Amino acid sequence: MIWDLLIQPFADFGFMRRALLGCIAISVGATPVGVFLMLRRMSLTGDAMAHAILPGAAVGYLVSGLSLGAMTIGGLAAGMAVALLAGLVTRVTPVREDASLAAFYLISLAIGVLIVSTRGSNVDLMHVLFGTVLALNDAALFLLCTIASISLLTLAAMFRPLVLECVDPQYLRSVSALSGITHLVFLMLVVLNLVGGFHALGTLMAIGIMILPATAARFWVTGIGALIALSAVIGIVSSAVGLLLSYHFSLPSGPSIVLLAGFAYALSIVFGPVGGLVTRSLSRRIGQA
Amino acid sequence: MGGLAFEQLTLGYGAAPAVQRLDCEIATGSLTAVVGPNGAGKSTLLKAAAGVLRPLAGRVRRASSGPDQIAYLPQQSDLDRSFPISVTDVVGMGLWREIGPFGWLSPRQKSRIKDAISAVGLDGFETRHVARLSGGQMQRVLFARLLLQDAPLILLDEPFTAIDMPTLADLLEIIRRWNSEERTVLVVLHDIDIVRAHFPETLLLARELVSHGPTERVLTAENQFRARQMCEACAGPPHVCGRSAA
Repeated sequence: MIWDLLIQPFADFGFMRRALLGCIAISVGATPVGVFLMLRRMSLTGDAMAHAILPGAAVGYLVSGLSLGAMTIGGLAAGMAVALLAGLVTRVTPVREDASLAAFYLISLAIGVLIVSTRGSNVDLMHVLFGTVLALNDAALFLLCTIASISLLTLAAMFRPLVLECVDPQYLRSVSALSGITHLVFLMLVVLNLVGGFHALGTLMAIGIMILPATAARFWVTGIGALIALSAVIGIVSSAVGLLLSYHFSLPSGPSIVLLAGFAYALSIVFGPVGGLVTRSLSRRIGQA
Repeated sequence: MGGLAFEQLTLGYGAAPAVQRLDCEIATGSLTAVVGPNGAGKSTLLKAAAGVLRPLAGRVRRASSGPDQIAYLPQQSDLDRSFPISVTDVVGMGLWREIGPFGWLSPRQKSRIKDAISAVGLDGFETRHVARLSGGQMQRVLFARLLLQDAPLILLDEPFTAIDMPTLADLLEIIRRWNSEERTVLVVLHDIDIVRAHFPETLLLARELVSHGPTERVLTAENQFRARQMCEACAGPPHVCGRSAA
């Protein structure tokens, strides 16, 4: 019975195994980046970047159809262009970074939708927006695993400056010239993981698997290492259960996976020992007694 | 080794100068308080001394160049106290110029971190997250980090704001220790009693230099009154700011 529910779909169907592998790669690569986005109060920046990569992917699609390489390179270029332009405008004008980022990603999103809808069919738009996790080919899997590896290795190498850039950027600037580079490399990691994620989950859903596990983990553990490990686990479990739900109930898989991560977040808000609602009300009651 | 000189230094943000044509030399190994009314340009001066702010005109001359020769504690530290990081890790940042972004901590460096934490009286707090420290404890952590930076020039901007008396006494003791080690220490302060009691030299600033020298000669009633007048004369838009007051 349990075998039928949980294992059989993966044992019987190659596309389910591929989907699972792809989602594990995304979870392992993207959730640590999500942890840092959350700790730097940049969660919504991630969302903006997810929209910003659309025109690049669309141009890649126009040039060479549903080609993995062209769409990846296009997405990377568009994402980095929006991040750098927003950073530049913030530096030379009094407008704050969130406002200029919002402006650029909205422009970018509009251009993307325009390109896709004038040249492609609605099906193509749905593919880019919602992904095709059940149709990952070898090349796509290879890309997802490569991105996860690059992402983890880069995070490991720049861990110290990145933590310092989060905790005390003023101090990092006073002792080292790495501050600007650290920020840039981190933004590149965000864009890289989003581009990887959109092949499987779509541009709209890729950010979900990046941010939701991190925000859920925050309610259970406090150390940075523990946060990263737990959010990766939450990402993987949400992916597996989301895929099973979508298999048994014929639901679209991308939204199922992200909703599962959202469910984990909701549970964490209520039951998490670090600032969760139950713990809070309990400690208040003990405080009164 | 850690001397400092300001030459015709003019500082500001945008058009309005916050400090004008300052000429002043801070002797190597001296312990100097920077005082003056609100808006006198004290913090601005410290930023320029730290090399964070580029002068509009004139220059800052340092006997020892290079950013690793300066330990600077800004008034409003950007430190994000909600970040899950321990006291040991924050203090350890002070070793950045020795270990850089990738270096391992040697056993000796680990014991130096421990010594610095115990020098500021935080024994037993090593693994505690900074989110769970009081304001005074946090200031002790920042001083421990300054200790490890081991810089010949130390710049502190209002380091005693909102801390308790025992912490104040301990931090003053650390500043005295730096002074005895021949380090040049420049501290922006607003509490004149602390300045009189603990700082041999004083620089009185009111957008321009009012007076600089031994504290008792600088902090006369006449000088302080003149500083207040000069700042009030300068409080309006820049074009009102005449030099007649000087």
